[in-house]
Amino acid sequence: MTEQSDPTALLTTPLDQWHRRHGARMVPFVGYAMPVQYDLTGDLAARCRGGVLAEHLHTRAQAGLFDVSHMGQAMLTGPNVAAALEKLVPGDIAGLKAGRQRYTLLTNPVGGIIDDLMVACVGNDHLFLVVNAGRKDVDFTHLTANLPESAILTRLDDRALLALQGPEAVTVMARLSPEVAALPFMGVASVSLHGIECLVSRSGYTGEDGFEISVPAAHAETLADALIGHPEVVPAGLGARDSLRLEAGLCLYGNDIDELTSPIEAGLTWVIGKRRKMDWDFPGGLVMRDQLDNGPPRRRVGIRPDGRAPARASTAIMAEDGTEAGIVTSGGFGPSVNGPVAMGYVRRDLAADGTRLTLIVRGKAIPATVVPLPFTPHRYIR
Amino acid sequence: MAKKDSDKRYTRDHEWVVLDGDIATVGITDHAQEQLGDLVHIELPELERTVSEAEACAVVESVKAASDVYAPLAGKVVEINETIAEDPSIVNSDPEGEGWFFRLELDDPDSFETLLDQDAYDEFLETL
Repeated sequence: MTEQSDPTALLTTPLDQWHRRHGARMVPFVGYAMPVQYDLTGDLAARCRGGVLAEHLHTRAQAGLFDVSHMGQAMLTGPNVAAALEKLVPGDIAGLKAGRQRYTLLTNPVGGIIDDLMVACVGNDHLFLVVNAGRKDVDFTHLTANLPESAILTRLDDRALLALQGPEAVTVMARLSPEVAALPFMGVASVSLHGIECLVSRSGYTGEDGFEISVPAAHAETLADALIGHPEVVPAGLGARDSLRLEAGLCLYGNDIDELTSPIEAGLTWVIGKRRKMDWDFPGGLVMRDQLDNGPPRRRVGIRPDGRAPARASTAIMAEDGTEAGIVTSGGFGPSVNGPVAMGYVRRDLAADGTRLTLIVRGKAIPATVVPLPFTPHRYIR
Repeated sequence: MAKKDSDKRYTRDHEWVVLDGDIATVGITDHAQEQLGDLVHIELPELERTVSEAEACAVVESVKAASDVYAPLAGKVVEINETIAEDPSIVNSDPEGEGWFFRLELDDPDSFETLLDQDAYDEFLETL
């Protein structure tokens, strides 16, 4: 860790020196020094030349190794802790079987999203949580303040988190642990990898098959070295992580969802458990029910700009008749799509696939079309 | 003629400039392309556009972000390199050759002398 006395100093992940040794370009990201891309050398350069574009394409073709240790890991324990957590999220947590993980949301009373997170049941009354780096303090404070005293939240700040993503990720994991390679999508298991105790889930943020591996910080380098020792794997940075998740149509907290966007508007209605739709007894539940019944004022949609110019977040969206339509919340160049891709919120009447829109990019009107998400088909193992 | 063709000058915004008569050829430096990473889109100025010194007149986009390219000196755009608009990766592979951006007819060819020479640009890079 960097000097605690300097409030402007960036935090570092357990793989900080590892990144620097592998040619990472480090950038500040929500208070952490993180690799945005790599200038790969030696054996790794022979597999992939490095850079956002190449790391992205390599992940879709084979496998990329991402350090996501900046994310917040925690264990939540206590009697009937799943039922207790349901007071704060719309997901079916009580119905989560041991060894299963679910994507859910912490919501607020106006139907907004405090954070999106993964919740895994790792044993009786033991829930493993992974939350966004920039929302750790907000989330953990919120959980502690609103869960009963019997629920104990333990931050796992002494663990790193690695994501191995891509169609060959399973090939690599099978060499380390046949048990892990047999996990179903959103399955979780505690296993030993190279003699290191790890908590592995079959999930990710790229639209590809892959694994997220929670590992004690002291062993993170050993595991990362072991993983890139396989010829299918190269390190990949936050740049590729962002372009991969954008093509996969996955939300980025702070861009595509926040405390003022509802799960209904965001197209995350599927997150609300079937049983939870009986009572709507979670924060903002009635707001969401009303939006579901009457239609939300706006919807998150996929957008393909005509031509080659990327439309970035905050780009204004107009309807063809010149009226205001909405705003781009994530946008850039999709390396696998080989063209610009964006997501944004538009008025409900403009959200149908095929609707023509106009994007205002640097003062110029760029025609665009509403398209279904994802831009690149998901390839999860089912 | 203010300077012979082979003399290359630079700006603190990481453009390079080569002068031939009163025509300046402009591109971005190897350092600039290296910092930007893989370019995926380039917007060039319109022909005949008059630009003032340090005016934003082209845009380079990487996967991550968009950045402006500035006119190093005042003049009129007389030629643009359409090839890089069709294939932006040329700027990554040959930034100071085939990857040139545009040519300016300078209002004042002597203004070329105000730009950084190689040593001054190298020194400037050291400070970054």
